[in-house]
Amino acid sequence: MEMLVKKRIKQVIKGDRNAYEDIVELFKDKVFQICYRMLGNRHDAEEVAQEAFIRAYLNIESFKQERKFSTWLYRIATNLCIDRLRRKKPDYYLDAEVSGTDGLTLYSQIPSNDRLPDVEVENIELQEHVQQAIYRLPEKYRSVIVLKYIDDLSLNEISEIMNLPLGTVKTRIHRGREALRKQLRNL
Amino acid sequence: MNTCSEEIILYMHNYLDGELTANEEQVLKEHLQQCPACMRHFQELKKTDAFIKSSSLLSTPSDFTNKVMEQLPKEQLKVGIKRWIRVHPFLVAAAVFIILMGGTIFSTWNNDQEFSFTKNPHLIVKEHTVIVPKGEVIKGNLIVKNGNLRVDGKVEGDVTVINGKKYMASAGNVSGNVEEINEIYDWLWFEMKDIGKKIVNYFK
Repeated sequence: MEMLVKKRIKQVIKGDRNAYEDIVELFKDKVFQICYRMLGNRHDAEEVAQEAFIRAYLNIESFKQERKFSTWLYRIATNLCIDRLRRKKPDYYLDAEVSGTDGLTLYSQIPSNDRLPDVEVENIELQEHVQQAIYRLPEKYRSVIVLKYIDDLSLNEISEIMNLPLGTVKTRIHRGREALRKQLRNL
Repeated sequence: MNTCSEEIILYMHNYLDGELTANEEQVLKEHLQQCPACMRHFQELKKTDAFIKSSSLLSTPSDFTNKVMEQLPKEQLKVGIKRWIRVHPFLVAAAVFIILMGGTIFSTWNNDQEFSFTKNPHLIVKEHTVIVPKGEVIKGNLIVKNGNLRVDGKVEGDVTVINGKKYMASAGNVSGNVEEINEIYDWLWFEMKDIGKKIVNYFK
């Protein structure tokens, strides 16, 4: 896969716009996941993930080809997410938690016609809980945790993506994990 | 809360990060066997770890790639030009020089609209037309810029009309070359010939 990515990137740098399509296909899931975990709703996640790919395309010439493309791309995505979080005004989405309820979202207030099988409901609930727990983490812990679990990145890669010393990354992962433990241990 | 040492907790996290040495792992194992509180803490951490790993299953919108591709700028040409400029700085410098030079020449051509002609007491001027009267003989070259020339008499030399028309009673009235220049290229050629002549004369 690394070989294919390298080949496509070279083509993109030469001006072959269509070669970028494969790059998007290969990385879209991971990038979307990162953005969803960071931002907490699909709408923002899709927008920011798209922007990350567009930024990467526009700045492709500043990508050093001996480095790992994913690291570079995730860095762009993470930075855009952090920017978005800082600029964000309170707004309302169906999958944002309703205040005063415990993990309920506006989705849960829309009556559903088709009954989901119990297993699937459980699975969805678990996912919801995990997402909410991650989203409740302070931003600095959230970003390292998201990167750690999305693509099984090494601590070194996370330190490179976040532009943080390795020690800081470790500490943040440990603290973030402790916070998640407290939220998730009763599931 | 846990009352055990921070170090054991650190070992737990390092274990989950895959960063625990065999020695440290042994220490952790031995401690966990004796300490139920730490054991529970460790189990919770492992559960948390598993939950997060297992739940990243959210599907990406199906039209995601298309949406990205639609938003990319269509600028292969621009990118190509930019790269070409970076690779060939001297050619670019030469091109810029030529463009600037060209601009200067054009502006000289366009600004030089004043009516002028070679001074000679025998010439008569009527509304942008220089007339060589009948019976008069002009000795030397005659140049008229931005005006017309009518030769009724004689000119003993070359006649050049720039940006204008010449009318002659008969072709034999001028002993030298007769030229009419209305295009910028002709004018350029004329200027160059002129400079050439001046240089040749200088060396003579």
